[in-house]
Amino acid sequence: MKMLINVPETVVADGLRGMAAAHPDLTVDVENRVIVRRDAPVAGQVALISGGGSGHEPLHGGFVGPGMLSAACPGEVFTSPVPDQMARAAAAVDSGAGVLFIVKNYTGDVLNFDMAAELAEDEGIQVGKVLVNDDVAVTDSLYTAGRRGTGATLFVEKIAGAAAAEGQPLERVEAVGRQVNENARSFGVALSAVTTPAKGSPTFDLPSGELELGIGIHGEPGRERRAMMTSGEIADFAVHAILEDMPPRNPVLVLVNGMGATPLLELYGFNAEVQRVLGERGVTVARTLVGNYVTSLDMAGASVTLCQVDEELLRLWDAPVKTPALRWGM
Amino acid sequence: MLDADFFRRWMTATAASVDREAERLTALDSAIGDADHGSNMQRGFTAVLASLEEEAPATPGAVLVLAGRRLISTVGGAAGPLYGTLLRKAGKALGDATEVSEKQLAEALRAGVDGVMALGGAAPGDKTMIDSLVPAVDALGEGFAAARSAAEQGAEATIPLLARKGRASYLGERSIGHQDPGATSSALLIAGLEEAASGASGE
Repeated sequence: MKMLINVPETVVADGLRGMAAAHPDLTVDVENRVIVRRDAPVAGQVALISGGGSGHEPLHGGFVGPGMLSAACPGEVFTSPVPDQMARAAAAVDSGAGVLFIVKNYTGDVLNFDMAAELAEDEGIQVGKVLVNDDVAVTDSLYTAGRRGTGATLFVEKIAGAAAAEGQPLERVEAVGRQVNENARSFGVALSAVTTPAKGSPTFDLPSGELELGIGIHGEPGRERRAMMTSGEIADFAVHAILEDMPPRNPVLVLVNGMGATPLLELYGFNAEVQRVLGERGVTVARTLVGNYVTSLDMAGASVTLCQVDEELLRLWDAPVKTPALRWGM
Repeated sequence: MLDADFFRRWMTATAASVDREAERLTALDSAIGDADHGSNMQRGFTAVLASLEEEAPATPGAVLVLAGRRLISTVGGAAGPLYGTLLRKAGKALGDATEVSEKQLAEALRAGVDGVMALGGAAPGDKTMIDSLVPAVDALGEGFAAARSAAEQGAEATIPLLARKGRASYLGERSIGHQDPGATSSALLIAGLEEAASGASGE
């Protein structure tokens, strides 16, 4: 597989150097793998810190900036960051108002963020945590590591980030983040497997006439494989899977998210089908976001995330944000 | 009796076998995980050897605590905290003694394995590193060779199991038929004990 890289070992560092060059509003510590908004710490504001394996860009580094994250800690490709990174980030961005860790529910992320919380608390930093676990494809939470954190991460980071930017206290920002997660569900499909730089060949074999339903964002195979479906059929399947798990009473935010290698034209077409299904099911759409936000390297495919919002959450979603990947109102 | 040098040889032998088997670990991980276990463990043990060289810890306990700390700060994923906890807890259990018996090592490793189970929440049969570590520690009383074969058998015995922890658990039934990469690397760690005991420098 051809890749636009130098050598696999420096993929993450090379990407960070390029990010630093492109975004002067960010301070990028390439050696220690921490991306921080340049004006941090911001007095009186809770600081949001997230992180995870690399390969999901723009998540999380692309969401660092006013109104969203204060810092992001990228790990190796598809490997959670180490505790030292989050502890360093916490020390850099804490204004005294505390930090909120936003953690996608994967065993490695949870363990490393928990260890980081201990390190930060030893330094006298107040730490809150929101665990994101929105993936309805994981049906058997009892005998697995639980539902995975996927597309809802964007909603949690944006909405909790807006609450933090208003100067709300840590307990409140944490509660908002949890509320978003509890009201968000996702479902993803893959049309192709993913190729990590370290391995150089696809992590699983997906024949051309088939698709994988219920995938994660790390190239792990999904739960079920079927003959290829149309965009409309996939939208039916994904939206029904979500609504079965969470029949919404409130309007929803919709994220139609590309996994990395699916053209925006196809994503918009898929969004049209998602909106059709939502209309048929009587679900009111408050806002829609279409694009590549929570990706899986070069995987083709898409995920749908729905997040029920009340007026307050919708107000926080609409609040100004200024990051490399998400920007409005400022 | 086992001195700090034995424990350094153990880490060196493990680093060498992780290097040798990295591609196999990654291949196993790509079947039921995310295809990076080999390179992550390689990065970790390379850092462990560098730290042992630099800081030259003087006791068995200090060697393991330092190795565990380095794994936590370099490996990432679940493997970093889990392997790091295994070695750190075992090292702490050995205390400040300059030499320890094989029995003390077995007890310390038992404490380390208990720490891994507490942290990761896995029990035997969940298709994780525990499936190779628990039989290995049980067999340590009969010597390092017995522990090695128990660990290797434990790793192979994960093939028919359904994964209930970690990323492989998302596959459900489809995790059956694959050997667990974590149990496989754990068997390499246990095998390193026998190599260290054989007196070779392990380089």
